[in-house]
Amino acid sequence: MIGGLFIYNHKGEVLISRVYRDDIGRNAVDAFRVNVIHARQQVRSPVTNIARTSFFHIKRSNIWLAAVTKQNVNAAMVFEFLYKMCDVMSAYFGKISEENIKNNFVLIYELLDEILDFGYPQNSETGALKTFITQQGIKGQHQTKEEQSQITSQVTGQIGWRREGIKYRRNELFLDVLESVNLLMSPQGQVLSAHVSGRVVMKSYLSGMPECKFGMNDKIVIDKQGKGGTTDDPVKSELGGSGKQSIAIDDCTFHQCVRLSKFDSERSISFIPPDGEYELMRYRTTKDIILPFRVIPLVREVGRTKLEVKVVIKSNFKPSLLAQKIEVRIPTPLNTSGVQVICMKGKAKYKASENAIVWKIKRMAGMKESQISAEIELLPTNDKKKWARPPISMNFEVPFAPSGLKVRYLKVFESKLNYSDHDVIKWVRYIGRSGIYETRC
Amino acid sequence: MEWASQLCENRGLGSKMTDSKYFTTTKKGEIFELKAELNSDKKEKKKEAVKKVIASMTVGKDVSALFPDVVNCMQTDNLELKKLVYLYLMNYAKSQPDMAIMAVNTFVKDCEDPNPLIRALAVRTMGCIRVDKITEYLCEPLRKCLKDEDPYVRKTAAVCVAKLHDINAQLVEDQGFLDTLKDLISDSNPMVVANAVAALSEIAESHPNSNLLDLNPQTINKLLTALNECTEWGQIFILDCLANYMPRDDRESQSICERVTPRLSHANSAVVLSAVKVLMKFMEMLPKDLDYYGTLLKKLAPPLVTLLSAEPELQYVALRNINLIVQKRPEILKHEMKVFFVKYNDPIYVKLEKLDIMIRLASQANIAQVLAELKEYATEVDVDFVRKAVRAIGRCAIKVEQSAERCVSTLLDLIQTKVNYVVQEAIVVIKDIFRKYPNKYESVIATLCENLDSLDEPEARAAMIWIVGEYAERIDNADELLESFLEGFHDESTQVQLQLLTAIVKLFLKKPTETQELVQQVLSLATQDSDNPDLRDRGYIYWRLLSTDPVAAKEVVLAEKPLISEETDLIEPTLLEELICHIGTLASVYHKPPSAFVEGSRGVQHKRLPARAGSIEYVYPMYSSHQQRAALATAVYLVHLQPQHFYLQPLATSVDISKICSFCHYTSCINSPGLAATTCYFSGSYVNIFSNCKVLEIPSIIPLISSAFIHWKHFIHFSFLYQPGGRTEVQSPQPSSDYSERELGGDIGGSPSMGAGLGAAPAAMPASLGGAPAVGGGLGDLFDLGGGVGMPTGSYVAPKTAWLLAMKAKGLEISGTFARRGGIIQMDLSLTNKAMSVMTDFAIQFNRNSFGLAPAGPMQVLTPLSPNQTIDVSLPLSMSGPVMKMEPLNNLQVAVKNNIDVFYFSCQYPLSLLFVEDGKMDRQVFLATWKDIPNDNEAQFQIKDIHLNSDVASNKLQGSNIFTIAKRTVEGQDMLYQSVKLTNGIWVLAEMRIQTGNPNYTEMELSIKCRAPEVCQFVYQCYELVLKN
Repeated sequence: MIGGLFIYNHKGEVLISRVYRDDIGRNAVDAFRVNVIHARQQVRSPVTNIARTSFFHIKRSNIWLAAVTKQNVNAAMVFEFLYKMCDVMSAYFGKISEENIKNNFVLIYELLDEILDFGYPQNSETGALKTFITQQGIKGQHQTKEEQSQITSQVTGQIGWRREGIKYRRNELFLDVLESVNLLMSPQGQVLSAHVSGRVVMKSYLSGMPECKFGMNDKIVIDKQGKGGTTDDPVKSELGGSGKQSIAIDDCTFHQCVRLSKFDSERSISFIPPDGEYELMRYRTTKDIILPFRVIPLVREVGRTKLEVKVVIKSNFKPSLLAQKIEVRIPTPLNTSGVQVICMKGKAKYKASENAIVWKIKRMAGMKESQISAEIELLPTNDKKKWARPPISMNFEVPFAPSGLKVRYLKVFESKLNYSDHDVIKWVRYIGRSGIYETRC
Repeated sequence: MEWASQLCENRGLGSKMTDSKYFTTTKKGEIFELKAELNSDKKEKKKEAVKKVIASMTVGKDVSALFPDVVNCMQTDNLELKKLVYLYLMNYAKSQPDMAIMAVNTFVKDCEDPNPLIRALAVRTMGCIRVDKITEYLCEPLRKCLKDEDPYVRKTAAVCVAKLHDINAQLVEDQGFLDTLKDLISDSNPMVVANAVAALSEIAESHPNSNLLDLNPQTINKLLTALNECTEWGQIFILDCLANYMPRDDRESQSICERVTPRLSHANSAVVLSAVKVLMKFMEMLPKDLDYYGTLLKKLAPPLVTLLSAEPELQYVALRNINLIVQKRPEILKHEMKVFFVKYNDPIYVKLEKLDIMIRLASQANIAQVLAELKEYATEVDVDFVRKAVRAIGRCAIKVEQSAERCVSTLLDLIQTKVNYVVQEAIVVIKDIFRKYPNKYESVIATLCENLDSLDEPEARAAMIWIVGEYAERIDNADELLESFLEGFHDESTQVQLQLLTAIVKLFLKKPTETQELVQQVLSLATQDSDNPDLRDRGYIYWRLLSTDPVAAKEVVLAEKPLISEETDLIEPTLLEELICHIGTLASVYHKPPSAFVEGSRGVQHKRLPARAGSIEYVYPMYSSHQQRAALATAVYLVHLQPQHFYLQPLATSVDISKICSFCHYTSCINSPGLAATTCYFSGSYVNIFSNCKVLEIPSIIPLISSAFIHWKHFIHFSFLYQPGGRTEVQSPQPSSDYSERELGGDIGGSPSMGAGLGAAPAAMPASLGGAPAVGGGLGDLFDLGGGVGMPTGSYVAPKTAWLLAMKAKGLEISGTFARRGGIIQMDLSLTNKAMSVMTDFAIQFNRNSFGLAPAGPMQVLTPLSPNQTIDVSLPLSMSGPVMKMEPLNNLQVAVKNNIDVFYFSCQYPLSLLFVEDGKMDRQVFLATWKDIPNDNEAQFQIKDIHLNSDVASNKLQGSNIFTIAKRTVEGQDMLYQSVKLTNGIWVLAEMRIQTGNPNYTEMELSIKCRAPEVCQFVYQCYELVLKN
């Protein structure tokens, strides 16, 4: 199991050092600094073995978090834990920065003591932790016996992510379907790979211990219903889901509140949600993806000292919708001496420090087309190595889900309190963003 | 008091936001100030002071002097302060055990506190204090906490049992905590169950044979129920534990799989990977025609692909695991090639791993796509990545025949880029392609030759030279090309030198008229001006071959080479199976068994395949991953002609076809017995063939060696010590009729796969040889020099094994062995510098050990060790060092220092090192002692597969100072009574029974008695080593 956990600043100074196991000596702290943080070479692996001691590290801005062990630990678990650790810290004090860590070091030690026991991760749900590890110092002495046992039962209980007795005057929930669409396209316009990785983020402000059921236009579910002849979809209209099409989901993963065995057997998504914001599910689709933009590059080398670049972008969605924050990044060779750009729409600029022409368009409606052309002048070089021609990348945001996912319903049942599903105010929003959206040229 | 006033200000602001001030640099006398502050009456002041102490502790300052003052703050109802004091205690209690006792009362009191959080905190912290006295006090509170009404306390107590076990295992057993812990598996609270499982798993790991985790269908059912309810971490503990269970039949296996599959949709990647591990393992038991089997296979792919959208570090872990899964069950991901395409912004470690998997998944169906991708990658920036991409193109050519042509043309395009490292890499792989498809692509040779001048890496130069030599008849100016290399012959690396030698000999055999001068030149360079034994030896062989019988030489040197295999980089199957059992863990990330990187008893158990894996281990840690594969694929054969250099030099440092090639030369060389024998006589030395059956993936070679074996029996010490595990059956010749036992000193025949050592004719054995090596396990098994027989004066010396690997020691690689020569104990070390810079200032030190071994003098490394150089050092040892019992008994921890750093490793010496020369006990004394030692101290062992009669055996044993005092024959059994004396005066008595009636007397029974029974096991090991060699 995890033998120790260290946090360093960018210089390699230790900010937090907590050792859980006897086999980890103080020298481990230095070993990591010397061999990884101060290493001359770029880090080639997130796992480093130094003198039979293994170090797992992640970086958050310029802060290094390292877990260290001498045993054959579950490596995936260690990284998951480090990420979780970051989540917990952010939930307590915001951004993970040197200043924040120093300001909260007592709190961090307290957290580390709680969420890692002898190197074994324990309940690390912020919801639960915040009930008894508080920045104001523990209220231990003021708690009643009931309160105490309520805390412990929550920390160890089956619903460790939600405490009892939550009350809202207005029961409200927000669903965000956030998708990032990834594309790798050949210069000829052939899709080399494309997938959407999506997340359903829920903000729930619900009283009591509500039982929720989430439905979307999952092909398997729709097909099953179709077969059963139950065309009566009670919630079809409820959240504006059209229910016309269904989508094939390659795979999905769920927050730990979702009953996985139920999903496995019935493919229904039921859960008691944590309070506040959390990620309900992640999913991935690869079929029938709506690619919001098509990039058509044309690069011509005119002699040894000149390049001509022409890039056309076409928007491919309903004309009534508007894409935003569009940015096309056209890489330029390292020996670029000057660039002239002409674009039909938006603003384009050559950024020498980034070796790229950055073309920004604020808004663009569907089924439109725009073009940029540039002349790049090059300094003659002796460098034999050809320019690698990195792909042209694109950023954008569109108000629909490129995967075609639609939320069909989210039902809320709370039998003990007197509010029904209809009383809950529900909001759904779809945002499609570019992930790695690249076209080779 | 500046900071105090600051504090007052802060309090006004709310002190929480300004904890960073504690990190500010310290002033002189700070400890004093802190002391005063800690003893202040004001709570707030106290707390601030403790915080300051903790901050100092974090940055590595020694604040242990404040121990009593900090402990005084412990009695408080402020929980935050209490936690800080506990944190301090955990850090310093060990260095101040007496003071730590002061804290006991508070702990014990806290364990009774009405607040469950405080009870848990106390028991949690107490477990972290590794002070015996505190531990004693811990037992009672722990017992109560394990049965506490509050689940939070119980789950904390469960982990505490593991902590206590780590400090004092005996105490835990005596107090019956293990049973209580087992009961917790049936606890109503899932988290308690999960922690109990984690604790039990850990304890069970250090007791390999205990029945601690008695997994039966009932407990499995409980675990599976808890699995649905506990936290993500608890699910991981439970799944990892489940993976150790062996279902009774396929139905149970299926039902567990069914209940585990839902976990594949968990958001936590570790839960997913652990579930994959369980499924991959239990799937083995399912019949392949079962519908469910197919369903399960289909269910595995999507979650594995999903792991690739996790954060990069997790992607890396996932990819390393997918690499294993793809090798074990290629069908799972065969349609998912695209997801492994490299993204421009992937971190380099993700890129390299993806590339590896792409090659594995490449097939005729997707090769076009793969090639297009690889071509893109070859233009990237990162040198390693580009190289790997180029290499991958070559691998595709070899793997998918239909694509070979396209691959070759892609490689040629890449050569046209003239980017130096791309060209070199391309040439290395083209050489492989030539080997795979002879007489198909040689038209490109002209293009390759154009780039001759730009090659500066040995591997590429060697490859190019190989090509020129191999196709000398098609290259008009082959002689000029090779001659140009010859100019700087002595500046070339050995690899290039060897290749150049072979190439010129090939050239000579093909075009004898024009190249006589050239071949003379290279032979004299290799034999006279070189001090590299490999080179010299090969030079001599060629020379004599050419001068004795040019026709035979042609047959030998230009012999047809076996085709190379397409899957040369697969992980050895037994290791792969073991790694599959470790999915998700570090072992799966390193692609090494846990024993290769975990110290002590933990993780040393091999999952599933315990016996065999030991040998693989050796090869694995030695080389980086592609080299490991090469080590398996390339023959590790070497012919050594110089008796002074009787050590194994594994050739497999890189993928090098030329090595297979030169190996072929030698084997075919041996195949023409007259010549080979002549060669051998001429050089007046011995030939050792070191063989590694693992690499006998080239079946045609085996009969070659075997037949050579017959003719060469006088000169060859031949050992197959690694059994091929049923993959390649090695046929060995029967000893021929002219083979006499006497002449060879008695050690003959036997199963070759067990290491039949054919001893050299004793008369020819040079005195300098001193000792004879023995099987020491691992790769050491691979060779046998001289055999312990016929040399009764020397104890055996195990072959050198790798102790310290270059990758772990900044380029310093140490292999070594121990020897006892004429009463002097020596540690024989080979130091190899695999780093880029020169190493100097070597020194060595031992940790305290069971028998007080210590260096008798400083380690003599007189000259600096330049890169790629190896130095052999013999370090005399004395027995006068400090003594501390080690686990295992013969463990030795060594620190070696050089100008770069200090490195630590541990090795184990054979106990026979300590058997003294005057260990022959008087008969009467023997009898008396035998009776005197209680029967409880007697240990029985069996030694199997020994083909020795009692005389030979006792002769052999005497060589290692195991003295036979008496012998008698009872009912067809020879009974030998033997004594051994250790350097520290301990006597070991033994009775050995050998069946004489049976001509195959293969089994010996050994009873060992000693007043210190713990040494028996190790004495037995020595017997086995000595007798089997």
